[in-house]
Amino acid sequence: MGYRDNLQLTPEKQLKHFISIEGLPRAVLVDILDTAETFSSVGEQAVKKVPILRGKTIVNLFFENSTRTRTTFELAAKRLSADVLNFNISVSATSKGESLLDTLQNLEAMQADMFVVRHAQSGAAHFIARHVPEHISVINAGDGNHAHPTQAMLDVFTIRKHFGEFAKLKVAIVGDILHSRVARSQIHALTTLGVDEVRVVAPKTLIPVGISELGVHVYHDICRGLNDVDVVIMLRLQKERMSGAFLPSEKEYFQQYGLTNERLSCAKPHAIVMHPGPINRGVEIASDVADGERSVILEQVTNGIAVRMAVMSMCMGRYSAAREAS
Amino acid sequence: MTKQFNIDELIDNIASKLQAEIASGRISKPLVIGIHTGGVWVARKLHEKLNCSSALGTLNISFYRDDFTRIGVHPQVRPSELPISVDGHDIILVDDVLYTGRTIRAALNEIFDYGRPRRVLLVALVDRGGRELPIQADIVGAHVDLDKGQQIKLTGPEPMELSVISL
Repeated sequence: MGYRDNLQLTPEKQLKHFISIEGLPRAVLVDILDTAETFSSVGEQAVKKVPILRGKTIVNLFFENSTRTRTTFELAAKRLSADVLNFNISVSATSKGESLLDTLQNLEAMQADMFVVRHAQSGAAHFIARHVPEHISVINAGDGNHAHPTQAMLDVFTIRKHFGEFAKLKVAIVGDILHSRVARSQIHALTTLGVDEVRVVAPKTLIPVGISELGVHVYHDICRGLNDVDVVIMLRLQKERMSGAFLPSEKEYFQQYGLTNERLSCAKPHAIVMHPGPINRGVEIASDVADGERSVILEQVTNGIAVRMAVMSMCMGRYSAAREAS
Repeated sequence: MTKQFNIDELIDNIASKLQAEIASGRISKPLVIGIHTGGVWVARKLHEKLNCSSALGTLNISFYRDDFTRIGVHPQVRPSELPISVDGHDIILVDDVLYTGRTIRAALNEIFDYGRPRRVLLVALVDRGGRELPIQADIVGAHVDLDKGQQIKLTGPEPMELSVISL
């Protein structure tokens, strides 16, 4: 898919937009993780803010509902001292007939410096990045079934915090792979960072055709899929995207694919359980697993702030080797 | 031009001045904080010599620099770590080379985002002049006169060496 090639990077290979993990070199992903590490300490300050984006305006442009992602982006921007505008477009201009490009031009006229975009249409963030002026950066906060790169980065950040390195890890992603932009971004992030093995576990109806071309192994049986893995990533069953007959019922899905403590015992004893949230208790994950000691679901939320701070600051200020000691 | 510095001597010198301050009671509850990267090396030595009860603090000032939009973030620098609350403490802030004063301005802003220290003392291994802000060190290891085209750089951590480079 050459069309989204390196719009994301400057000629010096610095991050300019963050649209998709696909096409980004490992070095950039590692830079994001290292930068996020330095931002983790900001949450421990009495004043939980650093001044680097002071005077910048960041616009959260949400064409699709989301509470957690928008809130953590907002919090990340505020911890960087930026000013934040939240636009909930589904109830705003487009419903009055304004075109996307007209909406964008209006926001540009308000001197915005960055757009954080969520859209139900795949490719929306890329489209916007192609049409904004040079000084504006665009971050994809989820587009259709395509990508959710900051979610994937906070997931690999959480994995690195627990295991230190990626090379020896086996990771299973369980659930609705078909509708999941999160899964796609996770697969690209995990393979780029060089994990030993990525597995996807789901019923045949929820596995997209050709997924194994991304370098993953496909399992339809959850116990086999979880056997000997270090990381279990559960995905939410996306009821709102289920228009066809993908599943007989939620109850049957839980019986076949829900993560219970018994099934978790197939994984390695130190395995961690992750979930991008919001969780459906009793649908894809049992309550005692979600609240159990192997669950790192709430750590993921905290890590999401530092990772989004890292991505925003890297897009807005590009490090150059010409740094001088003062 | 190369000039030799005996770093151990400079640090001993600084430590004895600080010990005199502590003995006189002008500094109480000292908290030593080094600025990444060279300042941390110097601070670590001072921290050992002073026998402080509190652990060493380290400061990564990159998020407080005034030239962020020009140079961006530098992921290789380790995060700030302050072992205890700075509230009410006398902070001994340590940097390797004091030049424009901008690093210290950034460090002070960061420290105050962690709390309200009682006092901040500035220690520099070397003061090379060339200030662009009204900031002076309380204790200096050595004063060096350099031309604008020259740089002085601390390498380390073991052994630490100061070298003057003409650009």
